[in-house]
Amino acid sequence: MTQETVEKVVIFFAGDSGDGIQLTGSQFTNTAALHGNDLSTFPDFPAEIRAPQGTLAGVSGFQISFGSTEIFTPGDECDVLVVMNVAALKANLKRLKTGGTIVVNSDGFDRRNLRLAGYENDENPLLDNSLTNFRVIEINVTKLTRECLLDVNLGVKEKDRCKNMFVLGFVYWMYNRSLDHTINFLTQKFKNKSDVLDANIRALKAGYNFANTCEISSSRFEVKPAKMTSGKYRNIMGNQATAIGLIAASKQSSLDLFYGSYPITPASDILHELSKHKNFGVRSFQAEDEIAAISACIGASFGGLFGVTATSGPGVALKGEAIGLAFMLELPLLIVNVQRGGPSTGLPTKTEQSDLLQAVYGRNGEAPVPVVSASTPSDCFESVMEACRIAIEHMTPVFFLSDGYIANGAEPWLYPHSKNLKKISVPMTKVNNSNYLPYKRDKKFVREWAIPGMPGLEHRVGGLEKENLTGNVSYDSSNHEFMVKTRAKKVDEIANYIPKQELDAGSKNAQVLVLAWGSTYGAIKTAVKELLNEGYSVAHAHLRYIHPFPKNLGSLIRKHDKILIPEINNGQLIKLIRDKYLVDAIPMNKIQGIPFEAREIKNRIIELHDGE
Amino acid sequence: MENKEYTAKDFSSDQEVRWCPGCGDYSILKQVQSVMPLIGVPKENIVFVSGIGCSSRFPYYMETFGMHSIHGRATAIASGLKAARPDLSVWIITGDGDSLSIGGNHLIHLLRRNFDTNILLFNNQIYGLTKGQYSPTSEKGKKTKSTPMGSIDHPFNPLALCIGADATFVARSMDREPKHMREMLIRSNDHKGTSLLEIYQNCNVFNDGAFFGMTDKATKLNQTLFLENKRPLVFGENEHKGIRLDGFKPEIVSLNDFSLDDLWVHDESDRVKAGLLTRFFDIDFPRPFGVFYSKNKPTYEDALIKQIDEAVKDKGKGNLDDLIKGSNTWTIQ
Ligand SMILES: Cc1ncc(C[n+]2csc(CCOP(=O)(O)OP(=O)(O)O)c2C)c(N)n1
Ligand code: SF4
Ligand SMILES: [Mg+2]
Repeated sequence: MTQETVEKVVIFFAGDSGDGIQLTGSQFTNTAALHGNDLSTFPDFPAEIRAPQGTLAGVSGFQISFGSTEIFTPGDECDVLVVMNVAALKANLKRLKTGGTIVVNSDGFDRRNLRLAGYENDENPLLDNSLTNFRVIEINVTKLTRECLLDVNLGVKEKDRCKNMFVLGFVYWMYNRSLDHTINFLTQKFKNKSDVLDANIRALKAGYNFANTCEISSSRFEVKPAKMTSGKYRNIMGNQATAIGLIAASKQSSLDLFYGSYPITPASDILHELSKHKNFGVRSFQAEDEIAAISACIGASFGGLFGVTATSGPGVALKGEAIGLAFMLELPLLIVNVQRGGPSTGLPTKTEQSDLLQAVYGRNGEAPVPVVSASTPSDCFESVMEACRIAIEHMTPVFFLSDGYIANGAEPWLYPHSKNLKKISVPMTKVNNSNYLPYKRDKKFVREWAIPGMPGLEHRVGGLEKENLTGNVSYDSSNHEFMVKTRAKKVDEIANYIPKQELDAGSKNAQVLVLAWGSTYGAIKTAVKELLNEGYSVAHAHLRYIHPFPKNLGSLIRKHDKILIPEINNGQLIKLIRDKYLVDAIPMNKIQGIPFEAREIKNRIIELHDGE
Repeated sequence: MENKEYTAKDFSSDQEVRWCPGCGDYSILKQVQSVMPLIGVPKENIVFVSGIGCSSRFPYYMETFGMHSIHGRATAIASGLKAARPDLSVWIITGDGDSLSIGGNHLIHLLRRNFDTNILLFNNQIYGLTKGQYSPTSEKGKKTKSTPMGSIDHPFNPLALCIGADATFVARSMDREPKHMREMLIRSNDHKGTSLLEIYQNCNVFNDGAFFGMTDKATKLNQTLFLENKRPLVFGENEHKGIRLDGFKPEIVSLNDFSLDDLWVHDESDRVKAGLLTRFFDIDFPRPFGVFYSKNKPTYEDALIKQIDEAVKDKGKGNLDDLIKGSNTWTIQ
């Protein structure tokens, strides 16, 4: 047996949706995290909820990249593919790099499984030499699991549910991991089902011991802890971070949260998460549609709570008119868009960044709305808090953009202590008599807020154009122009209350600047870091604030010869940048429902750097 | 504040009322302003929310908190407001187009959730603000700008729809019956849960006389039926006619042939019979006014607050640091 130290490993677990793949993946993740590795993960859910067992449509996957170096993405190519059946192999073999390892449950390659996966006439990829470019470790997982549970008092079905633990044990051995975390987890999870607990732990240990004793797994790998900033970490998914960030913003502003939403992939998990936290005073409301959801939020904000609604592109389309109303009323409101592939119903389970222009422009009339975006799963926390801060302190609806890749992806998070979080100040009026003018503004152009229950401050707001200061309905033409300009100025003014744009990597005169936003962060970060090590003159700036842009953005980007803008869309940020700064930025677009690979970005930067 | 004596004038804002002269909306505004001092709620705790339409201009004229929102969504906005602020007295002003066409979905969902809000549905059987197209309550065959050959749409029966959506309070009044309207407004206010009050409102510009038969001296007594709880259904000149139930089949009888004891006695708590009453919708039966149905049911906001209280009791008041930390952490030195 050999033991090899490696810097970084990418594993893909795949199986039938009933095989417990997501659990296996998250257990491996947590164990890697506790080991001190940096990591990044991404689940790959089947598009169909209950696709027939054994078919390609029913394959569920989980990718993890972990290492002793910094990890920014779940990885491009995989080093190891763990498959529970033939469909999982067929669907995911393309992810595996040449020379990679396949851990196979060969019991998932029987006649029936082969047929369901589309193999006819006794074709079998394990037997036809099609896998000669890989290292294949075949294990009779089903059989071995049943054998190790022979004297356990459970039905065959229940025993077979422990298969994933057998495999997990096996992979733990390969990477020299401790079983403790998973055993603790199982003990918690099955604390009232001692038989099931016993069976799972046995299978886990059996898999580990099997790897130790059998000859097929001749090598073992060591992935040392990464050098990470010291502090306390947890693992976090994007939607979870968004939900927690919303609660934090509610605390920091002392405004109770009203969350109105209509279920839609991939935003629903925010609703699920928030609904669990009613003890934080969260009022979650599942409305009859997206229009009702945002309307209820407007009602709640009018009543002095903080209204937040989340959805995906199709839902944003429905909310458009109400966003205009909130803009006109000048009430705090947050609209979260967890983007997915469009247009129309598009690719609901795939990721895309194609709703940026919808967020910036998608309303009738002159209705600029601030836009804030998140770049990684853990970044959702701080970004969404910033979006909330802007909404509340500047009395305006704000868009927060995330996407399916960030929402479901996970990474370690050096989490903050609440005492270090920014306070959010609420512009509640101090006037307490009928001198209150609902549309009088401070130096930020922000109006003072008065809510029902404040005696003497009764006033009416509405979607009709309003007279300056009083808010009374006004059809006066010059007043309209003045108000349109004033509301725009108020939004532009926000640029004075956000941080300046900084470079994430590279120097300020680098030849090529990669300018981007959202979930492309990890791939770009990886590519740029490698190129900097290789001596290229490249820099990376990643935008959190898209509308308004940070004040120094123009001067920052003009210092570079070439500006490359990679996006998972057909070119949207680039339109805004070209429009605002009149620079000849270069687009780089991928519209396949999947993220960029770091090497794609890297190659394009090299081309620009060396050629053209 | 509670003891403050208001008059109707205290509820009139400084904005000039802009409806067409003679519009039925004036009467409704007047009755609402005159009822407000009676409900015992401080002005600052009253909110009027409306959608879009002539009727929806209403909040601008009320010296309370108010929101003139977007077409059809007042019901949804009010739901969020009430969930956020159960302490407020929330009134929804909506038209037949606003509530039954573009906002039909939110209306039925508000009714089933039973937020304690009061809906005043101004039914003029026309789109007033957009200058006279037929509405979902316009009768079949109606000739309007958009239906020069007559409407081929089957109209909604609004109260039947509301009963179908499990509304807990359903009533009808009309602009020409100020006293009745005040009484219905007070009943709406007193009901805990969503109250729906349909108010027949004459649009004298685009649909003048839509309710003529129910207001004209000559026909009114025969075409209207004023409901009173626990009282037999009688109507007509000198109250000489009544409604009798033959099983579930209503019939009009003469009190020359039948006595009061034979008649259908109105029971506001009987949902099935309320359903039958809403079907008095064609020419053969008089049109009922009054409270069709009223039943106490838990409100959405009470249940919501209860869950929050329970969650706090079970888990303690949320601790942000515990939430941020989650259940699984590790330390890097
Ligand atoms: C989204 C949208 N669609 C259409 C309109 C135009 N519109 C305004 S009011 C109205 C109908 C109003 O009818 P109703 O609700 O019966 O009110 P009324 O004017 O009769 O009181 C329409 C179609 C609008 N304001 N918004
Ligand atoms: S158009 Fe009809 S409903 Fe509108 S204000 Fe005039 S009369 Fe009233
Ligand atoms: Mg109307």
